[in-house]
Amino acid sequence: MPQPTDLLFYAFAGLTLLCGFLCVANPLSRNPVTSAMFLVLTIVSMAGLFVLLHAFFLAAVQVLVYAGAVMVLFLFVIMLLDLKEEERRKLRKVTVGLGAVAVAAIAGILAKAVSGAVPFGGDKLVEGGTKPLGRILFTQYLLPFEVLSILLLVAMVGVILLSKKDLK
Amino acid sequence: MNAGLHHYLAVSVLLFSLGLFGVLARRNLIVIYMGLELMLNAANLALVAFSRFNANLDGQVMVFFIITVAAAEVSVGLALIVALYRKRQTAHVEDLTSLKY
Repeated sequence: MPQPTDLLFYAFAGLTLLCGFLCVANPLSRNPVTSAMFLVLTIVSMAGLFVLLHAFFLAAVQVLVYAGAVMVLFLFVIMLLDLKEEERRKLRKVTVGLGAVAVAAIAGILAKAVSGAVPFGGDKLVEGGTKPLGRILFTQYLLPFEVLSILLLVAMVGVILLSKKDLK
Repeated sequence: MNAGLHHYLAVSVLLFSLGLFGVLARRNLIVIYMGLELMLNAANLALVAFSRFNANLDGQVMVFFIITVAAAEVSVGLALIVALYRKRQTAHVEDLTSLKY
């Protein structure tokens, strides 16, 4: 008798993979906006998988940062650039075929590497709430955390510089 | 059948393959970027699964860092695409061949 969490796992995993497929290789529409919408669905169902893994804080961050900020940025840029004529171009059969072969090879290597993985935590399972994550973030990982804030500042300055009309 | 480490890793591998296929097969720069995001997310899923089943919180901290770096990466990349579009009026990789010849 399967447990409800397992049914939820299969539901979220199926939704993630289906929407991921429709994002990169939608047979009906080549419109980037459709891809972006399916990417949102992929990310939200992946947040569901994070909840099933008891990573509650990361699930919230995933929805806030990816489905919120990053997707707004994507849609903004898609609307900013007029990409109507991109839809009409045909995909090359050779490209798609060679791409599929390369992907199958790499997926095979990854599957072989992953199949040997054994959980060595025993029966212990970690809980990833805000409190334990915050504690480890502000003690053990304090330096990387601060470096990350500098990285965000650098990215912000870089983006402003890149999007200026004429550089002096 | 209980959903264990291998189930999550299988989803992660499949999602990574989808992202890679998107990067290799599509020709629109923005959709290629979405493929990159899918690959990063697949890596995140694998890290969270390892973190949960190995009873160690370090993986989740790494995912937190990856999400932040991905946000910075997306903003810089999209700004580059906009700058490129302004100069060349295209966001299509086959039109960008000035380094090729």
